Amino acid sequence: MQAVKEKDNHLNVNEKETHDVVVRFAGDSGDGMQLTGTNFTQATALYGNDLSTFPDFPAEIRAPVGATFGVSAFQIYFGADDVTTSGDDVDVLVAMNPAALVTNLGKLVKGGLVIVDKGAFTQKNLTKAKYEINPLEDNSLDGFRVLSIDIHKQVLTAVEPYGLSHKDALRCKNMWTLGLVMWLFDRDRSATIESLNKKFAAKPQVADANIAALNAGHAYGETAELPAGIHVYKVPKAKVPPGMYRNITGTQALAYGLIAGSELAEIDLLFASYPITPASNLLHELSSKKGFRVKTFQAEDEIAAVCSAMGASFAGSLGVTSSAGPGIALKAEGISLAVASELPLVIVNTQRGGPSTGLPTKTEQSDFNMALFGRHGDTPIPVVAASTATDCFDVAIEAVRLAIRYMTPVMILSDGYLANASEPWKIPNFDSLKSFKVNHYDEPKDFKPSIRDKNTNARVWAKPGTPGMEHRIGGIEKSFETGDISYDPANHQKMTELRKEKVAQIAHDIPLQEVCFGESEGKLAVLGWGSTYGAIHQAVKRAVADGMQVSHIHVRYLSPMPSNLCEILSKFDSVLVPEMNTGQFIKMIRSEFLIDAQGLNKIAGQPFKIGEILAAIVEKYQDL
Amino acid sequence: MNQALPTLTLKDFATDQEVRWCPGCGDYAILKTIQKVMPELNRPKENQVFVSGIGCSSRFPYYMNTFGFHTIHGRAPAIATGVKLANPELDVWVITGDGDGFSIGGNHMMHAIRRNVNLQILLFNNEIYGLTKGQYSPTSQVGTQSPSSPSGSVDAPLSPCLVSLGSGGTFIARSIDTEAKHLSGIVKRGSEHDGTAFIEILQNCPIYNDGVFSQVKDKKLAPEFRVEVHHGEPITFGQENEKGIMLDRQSLSLQVVQCAGNESEILIHDEQNKVQAQLLAEMKGPNFPIAVGVLYKEEKSSFVTDVYKKIDVPKSEPSAFQELLESGNTWEVK
Repeated sequence: MQAVKEKDNHLNVNEKETHDVVVRFAGDSGDGMQLTGTNFTQATALYGNDLSTFPDFPAEIRAPVGATFGVSAFQIYFGADDVTTSGDDVDVLVAMNPAALVTNLGKLVKGGLVIVDKGAFTQKNLTKAKYEINPLEDNSLDGFRVLSIDIHKQVLTAVEPYGLSHKDALRCKNMWTLGLVMWLFDRDRSATIESLNKKFAAKPQVADANIAALNAGHAYGETAELPAGIHVYKVPKAKVPPGMYRNITGTQALAYGLIAGSELAEIDLLFASYPITPASNLLHELSSKKGFRVKTFQAEDEIAAVCSAMGASFAGSLGVTSSAGPGIALKAEGISLAVASELPLVIVNTQRGGPSTGLPTKTEQSDFNMALFGRHGDTPIPVVAASTATDCFDVAIEAVRLAIRYMTPVMILSDGYLANASEPWKIPNFDSLKSFKVNHYDEPKDFKPSIRDKNTNARVWAKPGTPGMEHRIGGIEKSFETGDISYDPANHQKMTELRKEKVAQIAHDIPLQEVCFGESEGKLAVLGWGSTYGAIHQAVKRAVADGMQVSHIHVRYLSPMPSNLCEILSKFDSVLVPEMNTGQFIKMIRSEFLIDAQGLNKIAGQPFKIGEILAAIVEKYQDL
Repeated sequence: MNQALPTLTLKDFATDQEVRWCPGCGDYAILKTIQKVMPELNRPKENQVFVSGIGCSSRFPYYMNTFGFHTIHGRAPAIATGVKLANPELDVWVITGDGDGFSIGGNHMMHAIRRNVNLQILLFNNEIYGLTKGQYSPTSQVGTQSPSSPSGSVDAPLSPCLVSLGSGGTFIARSIDTEAKHLSGIVKRGSEHDGTAFIEILQNCPIYNDGVFSQVKDKKLAPEFRVEVHHGEPITFGQENEKGIMLDRQSLSLQVVQCAGNESEILIHDEQNKVQAQLLAEMKGPNFPIAVGVLYKEEKSSFVTDVYKKIDVPKSEPSAFQELLESGNTWEVK
């Protein structure tokens, strides 16, 4: 068997350059770690590294200061090659207090660098983190390189001229730390300075204090006598295709994709939603987009959200609703009505750990079954899954296209990881996107709501306000011929089959499945869907580099599946299906294609690590 | 300036669908009245949208030759809100019943009313579940015997008009299925209201709750048990209009008094008085007549109008979308 290389510490003491690095900022909820991470990401993108980030925050809004369950973290993986995950093991851990250290130390690679704020290691904070002895004073950090600085003291000195209160002065700790980490990786501070000036435009002295802290942290790195191996590391720029880039989260990309869809269809959107973690940010993102073809409505509950969206679709706009698992469950009856009345509707499911409240801020793929089957009656709908933060843009456009073209609800599966993760995005040229303009039906002669498009089987979409188009639709079974209520047995059979066929035939209107990495035949196919893309990609890449005949196949269209998927899979001796659930997609593969696929299932609320998938590939490969 | 609309009649609003309510159902009378009143509203027929939930009354849209959406149980106000948000030019009507509107759909009803969404909500209240064969509803009187309460129901009923008032309703009225003239007058006023027009229609179910409103509907009994309220007029009733409603200022409660000798004490109906509206909505037998008419009306900005004011910015040029995509910090890779 081939040995799989254990991940090395990327910060080799004697090297001035490193290929790629994982940095994790961890601190108290109030320490501003997300802001720190976002600014570091910005600087890293501008530097020219490829990157991927993952914010990891607690469910509690304001946990007690110093509590382990109040630790908020932000991880960034950046490097000179294509980066598709936020990294497995951490090379540099920033721990702003004992709680952040105790909860994150396990992620730090052996020999990795840990930067701690000594000033926060008070007896009180140590007790809250359940440390009996100060870890900075015993030998518990011996396996790591430790940079222990009294950041409290450093910051207070740095911001003293700005006359802030003690409390406000200490709030600049994160910028001091950011300055130090920016020094470590040779990042430019100007974008952060610009954003601080913008953020605190109304409080110039706060902006100035933060900037002073940032610069002081940087200066500390330059001037202080630091332990061996703690020096500036250069990370070579990544080779990426030319073009205009920006950083984007999955949520933003999804919002932009929905707006793009409405522009391409030349139709107004009503985005109706009810707040739920981790889906709410999509509502926030769209609520601020005035002037485009999108209106938002915060409904009184999940059911009202799907229903008002459907009402908008009946009125000739496109209704879009969004939620996470528990909310999607509540919308099920409404989605079934959209199937029965054949109205377009887009439902975004940002999956989180379940069941019930489960792990609201964590990620999971456990709503696959609900997306495909979680309704009453025979109610097939198209389901598309986004695989990366930037892929959310394309998937949203595709969902809008399918909903309108086939007069059907379409579900988009995203998840907590994709929603919050960010990566650089090559900004598309809107003019290059293919339009799919909607034409509402308006021919009064012989009009009935049951007229269908011969190619798509889609029912006509005639909107209120159009003379001669008056008609009634609803949840009761309708006559195929007239669209009137019908309890006729043969008609029900026909209509049920029609609804099934209408969705099934979409398989001919979507791209054929491709192998996204590796050869088109071989020993092992690693088959994934959704946000596992990045980890599978890297794992397969490493396996191929080690000489294994492994390929990566990633499915966007979960219902209907691409017509050639079975054929593609059959060219491999074995199929491995990693999923963040107990094995839901794999059941489809096994039952539809009679392929003896094997599952790799992680249900920990955290994305797969590359190493976990690689280990499974190696283990599987041994048996082949 | 109003565009000239074609002259329409009741027939223009009837469909070819066979009406499937039970013989003698109050819904027939309501349907006839609405079909008759539609041409009188002088609005474009293609702009009329009827949205309903589930229940006997919710079959209503199938019989109106307008746009209609027969949806799911209790959700009509939410769906109607979406219709109106998508196209504010439409006149959106919600047809619902006591179970649909105040049991399974109580939440949506409350929120549509508090938002003051521009809708006409017609609540057919027969104090019973008809379509599911006669179970007691949230408006059934205590002690109602039904298949699910054979020894009489114990739940206290709610008053739809009081709930509407408590939800911040801006137009609250009550009428009766078979009183065509009264009902059409109320519906017309409701359709002119900017905001949610909530109209409770007392409707007889001849199969499962026959005669529940006989006192207010029966020609002989009604004068004693029903009072029609009109803005600015004294609130009087009785065979000879000899009785009136008076406010006891000590207890802040209403009393029935003889008009003779109390002329100056008889309450004058003031639609804009919320406290009075509550007292009137609460009146019921045997000690009080049931009040019908517009109980409360308030001028208040309506939801959809306000939503559109908030988003009233010039529509972006197509190029604006490209600018959005390129917003934030960007960098060029050459």
